[in-house]
Order: sequence, then C-alpha cells, then structure tokens
Amino acid sequence: MIRLEPRRQHSQAMVYLSPVLAIIMTLVVGGIIFAFMGKNPFDALYTFFILPINNSYGISELLVKATPLVIIAIGLAMGFRANVWNIGAEGQLTMGAIFGGGLALYFYDSTSVFLLPAMMVLGAIGGAFWGAIPALLRTRFNANEILTSLMLTYVATLFLSFLVHGPWRNPEGFNFPESRPFPDAGLLPMIFDGTRVHLGTAIAVFVVLAGWLLLSKSVIGFQLRVVGKAPQAARHVGFRQKRMVWFTLLLSGGLSGLAGLFEVAGPIGQLQSSISPGYGFTAIIVAFLGRLHPVGILFGGLIMALTYLGGELAQMTLQLPNAVTGLFQGILLFFLLACDVLTKYRVRFGSIAAKGRTA
Amino acid sequence: MNASFVKRTLAAVAAVGALASGMGAAHAEDAKVGFVYVGPIGDHGWSYRHDIGRQAIEKEFGDAVSTSYVESVPEGADAERVIRQMAQTGHNLIFTTSFGFMNPTEKVAKQFPNVKFEHATGYKRADNISTYAARFYEGRYVAGVIAGKMTKSNIIGYVGSFPIPEVVRGINSFMRGAWSVNPDVKVKIVWANTWYDPGKEGDAAKALIDQGADIMVQHTDSPAPLQVAENRGVLGIGQASDMIKFAPKAQLTAIVDHWDEYYVARTKAVMDGTWESTDTWGGIASGMVDMAPYTNMPDDVKALAEETEAKIASGEIHPFGGPIYDQAGELRVKEGEDAPDEMLLGMDWYVKGIDAELPK
Repeated sequence: MIRLEPRRQHSQAMVYLSPVLAIIMTLVVGGIIFAFMGKNPFDALYTFFILPINNSYGISELLVKATPLVIIAIGLAMGFRANVWNIGAEGQLTMGAIFGGGLALYFYDSTSVFLLPAMMVLGAIGGAFWGAIPALLRTRFNANEILTSLMLTYVATLFLSFLVHGPWRNPEGFNFPESRPFPDAGLLPMIFDGTRVHLGTAIAVFVVLAGWLLLSKSVIGFQLRVVGKAPQAARHVGFRQKRMVWFTLLLSGGLSGLAGLFEVAGPIGQLQSSISPGYGFTAIIVAFLGRLHPVGILFGGLIMALTYLGGELAQMTLQLPNAVTGLFQGILLFFLLACDVLTKYRVRFGSIAAKGRTA
Repeated sequence: MNASFVKRTLAAVAAVGALASGMGAAHAEDAKVGFVYVGPIGDHGWSYRHDIGRQAIEKEFGDAVSTSYVESVPEGADAERVIRQMAQTGHNLIFTTSFGFMNPTEKVAKQFPNVKFEHATGYKRADNISTYAARFYEGRYVAGVIAGKMTKSNIIGYVGSFPIPEVVRGINSFMRGAWSVNPDVKVKIVWANTWYDPGKEGDAAKALIDQGADIMVQHTDSPAPLQVAENRGVLGIGQASDMIKFAPKAQLTAIVDHWDEYYVARTKAVMDGTWESTDTWGGIASGMVDMAPYTNMPDDVKALAEETEAKIASGEIHPFGGPIYDQAGELRVKEGEDAPDEMLLGMDWYVKGIDAELPK
C-alpha cells in the first residue's frame, strides 16, 4: 500500500521550483510522445516552444495572447488566496466586452478622445457587476460562488449572442451576427507599429505590479492571505470575511471585464458572438501555474500563451493534430499538481496499511 | 455567373490538366496551400468535408503542391494570427473556411497583396480575396420533399446552429420542399447555438423527438442528432457529409458539401497565374452540393427525390420560386419570379406557414 503523509515542514524553495520541474518533465514526456508519433522529438519541441518566438513578430503575438490571461489570473489569484472561488471569469469578461463595447457602438461615429477611457471604465464596471451577483448570493444566501459564477458565464455569453444577432447587429452586415466595427476612437492604440501589441498589454504589466503591491504591501493583501490560510484566526482578530468576498469578486470581475474590453477594442475591433476562446477558464490554470503570485502569473501566462502558438505552428508545419495543444497543457498541469503533492506530502510504502490487511 | 463560372473553370482545368499531364507539368509554379478550419477535421461534417477537399488537391498535384491546415481555430482574435502565420510561412493560397474568419482574412489580405485568399460563406471581396459558398438550400429542398413523404406524425425536428441567413434560408427551403408534397407538415426548431457540440446537438434532437418529431433535420456539424434518431427509431437527414455509417437505419439522405473540384481548380489557377478574385455560389448543378444515396425509403419516394434533384439542377424548380409570403403575410416574391440572390443572402425572415418565431 502507498499512502501520503503530510510533511511537517515543506521546503519553500520547492514551492517555487515545482513549476520549473513540471515544465522540464512536460518537455521530456512531450518529446517521448512526439517520438511515438514518428516525429523527431527535438524538431517537434523546437517547433512547439522556440519557433513561435524566434522573431519579433512571434514575441509580439505571444504578448497579445498572454495579455488577457495575465490580467484575469491576477484578479482570480486574489480570490483564490482568500478561498473565494470565482470560476466565472469568462462571463465577467463577456459582460465587460458588452458594457464597454456597447458604448463604442452607441457612439459609433465618435472621434472623441474620451471614448476609449470611458469604454475601459465601463468594461471594468460590467465585469465587476457580473462578479457582484455571486458575491451578493454568497454573502446574503450563502450560495456557493463556484456554481453561481460558472452558471452566470452561460447567461453572459448567450446575452452577447442575443445582442449581436438582434439589436446590436451591424445594419450594413447582411444580417450576419456581428456588430458594426468600432470607430477608430474606440480602438486601443498599438504600442509597436506593425504588430497587434496594444495598450492593454502595457496595462497588463501595470496590473501585475499593482497586484504585487496590493498583496505584499497593503493591509487588505495581508487580510487576504490570513483569511485564506487561517480563517478562524482571521475571524478572531475581526477580519470580516464578507468584505473579502465582495472585494475579491469585484476585483477579479472588474479585471476580467477589462480583459474582455481589451479583446474587443484590440485585436477583434467589434462585437461578435464568440470573443474569447475560454480565456476566463484558462486563466484559472495560469493563476495556479503562477503560484497565485503576480510575478509567477506573468510567467505562467506567457508559458500558457506559448503552448497555443506552438500548437498552431505544430499543426501548420508538422501536421500534428490540434489535440496536441490540449495534451501539453494537460501534462503540464498534471506534473504541476504532482510536484505540489510531493512537496506537501511524503510518500510512504507499506507500514500501517499493511498491518491493517490481516484478512 | 456562379454555377456557370464553376463549370467553365472545371472545363478549363480538365483541358489544362490533360495538356499538363502530357507535358509533365514541369513548368507549373509550385503552390503552397493553407486551410483554416473552425472545427476539428474529425467532425464528420463541415471541417471534415473541407479537409477532404484539401486532400483532393494533394491527390491531384502530388509533389507540385504542399498543403497544410490548422483546425479548431476560434473565431476571435486567434484567427488573424493563424491566417497571418500562414501568409508569412510562404503559403500562396489560403482558404479560410468559416464566416467568422471574414474580417481577419480581410485584414491579413491587405498586408499580403501577393497571397491569394479564399473565404467561404462571407461577402467581403478584394483583389486578392475571393468568396465561395454552396447553395445548400437546394439540397434542403430535396430533403424536404423526402421528409414530407416519409413523416407520419407530420412533425419535423430541426436542430439549428445560429439564426443566420444561411440557416434560415435552409429552414425555409426545406419546408417549401416538404409542403410541395404534404401541406400538413409542421416544423419544430431548437437552436443549439453552436456549430459543433455533439452533446448539445444530441440533447436538442432528443427534446425534438420527445415532442413528436419523426424526422430529424440538422444544421449543425456533428452526426449526433442523426445518431439519436437512429437510437430512437426515427428517420433523419445527414449534414455536410454522408453520415450513413452513423445511422444505417435512419439516414434518408445527406446534403453533402463537395469542395474538391473547386479547390483543385483554384489551386490550378494560382499555379498558372490565372487566379482572379471571384464570387462563387454553386449548387446541385455545379456539383458543389451533392445528395448522398437515397436510403431507407420506398422506391416511389426515391424516384420523386431523384426527379426533384434533377429538376433543381436543370432550373425547372427553384426552391424560392414565387409567390412567397413571409410570416406577416407580406408578398416577398411575386408569382412567376424567383427570389434574387441578394434576398437569399440576407434572408432573416421565415416564410408563411412556419410556426415559430425567429430569435432576434
């Protein structure tokens, strides 16, 4: 029999090393899988992880792809630290896109410099509003926010679908389900010419810094950590858990909404029925990959984005199926969790279990 | 011009092909052809059929061309990157095979004037962007005739994807076909809000059969609704590809997308340097829309189906021949006239007799 025994003390170094270890093991196992598929493993790994970023354009696309993941994951991590499980970032992202994008559609011939900032504010409000519903349900009725936030995701995506099929459909678009293109004043400026790196990417870096300051230097950051690690102690010293629920859901909702606005005002440029390939869900993985730490999340977001880009190139140049992308992400998460378990627990063979099995 | 264009191109290709095979095709310019798919190539529907078309190119030209594809590309910010990567990696002909790829295709095409783009089911063209689609509604009319004859409950179950003109047109055409042989037929429609999600599609089919539908029609891409029909002992119409192996006892026929000749012709045009921006909308006559073998029906229904198919091909029957009234009773197409293509392309209304409201 094998059993897990909690370690009294776990190595702080291993907490930060385990993602690195997980990545290395993913590469090794990935290479073996490629070999079985009849591809040269080194070629395949090169195509997957180096080729996408061996030129400046590739790096710019990596940043574009990582932007929403990082922004959302920072917000989610705050909640996860305080045991507030917002699984509905995808819906909050969608509501942010609807609120902010709606403004651009209302002023579709505007040239005002205030349009874009107003869209960002509304995007954040839209996401926060969608995060406020699970917060209210949790604090008022003790409804589990995992379920409510997840279910509200479907409401939000169907609401967007309704809007672009109906009232917000482009009147010059032959009845196809998409809105008018946003006016230039409602589009994010590009940071580098000839790329799609937009203002949102710069703001993502700012969000990382702000998240780090909030978590490590502020009173509320301290409360978040205590509420998560020792809820009873937190109650004892008078930290109000309800306030934590509200704070983290509004924050993560607002950031998700902002990320959604950046997608529609950045690379997409209009509202359409699908605006996100599941960034809100992928960001959950990114948050854990980054150890719920803002700087870790920055790297986690880049790595996750890289697996998408690599997956596309692997299909294009090596004729590998799209499933390889999912496979890689799955292996990575598996090894990460395995490393975490082994950091926190010790594996014991035999002993108690063997004694118990006398019959 | 659409159908005749395809025919002309095909004839030209056949002629050039004959010549080229005689000469060894040594002078032909090599082509690198890329495909962007919205679903997995294993969907046995839409993307699968496009991939069959890609394989036809490889078969036709062998080593003279290389092809590649990226599957399951989301219709959002990612599409533009995938298309641009294809253009950057030396592809000189790129097929983007979903409506949602229209604006990304346009953006990338502006930056790569020497690369030829072909966008399926959209309406934005440029010097280096062609559009193409198939008149699937013609096949749906034939399917409607069969369903009208075969139904006992007079209730058709219809799984729709999104209420876009393509799908609305299909429902209208199907029902006009059904009413031409059985005026009592009613249709029940469930919107799955997805092109490919076997779980959702199957659930929609179950709900429809529970409401008395004994013919299952779908405008989504997986074989799930047809499989449900098979399990529940009712009949159904396949979508995009011949799905008979998923429903040997249930499939009456399938409306098959047939891109092979078009893809081969367009690749040939790029190799010869004769590629031009065009708009193609081919139907049964051009071969772009194919009917899978008529099965699980008596001989007289089969004969009627074959006759209808032939009459649509010859132009004797137009699925949208007047008079056509919409649900509000307004006359949309006059007697003796056919609905013009512009009306069909933007169709966002049901014909009179359909007892459902179009989601707005």
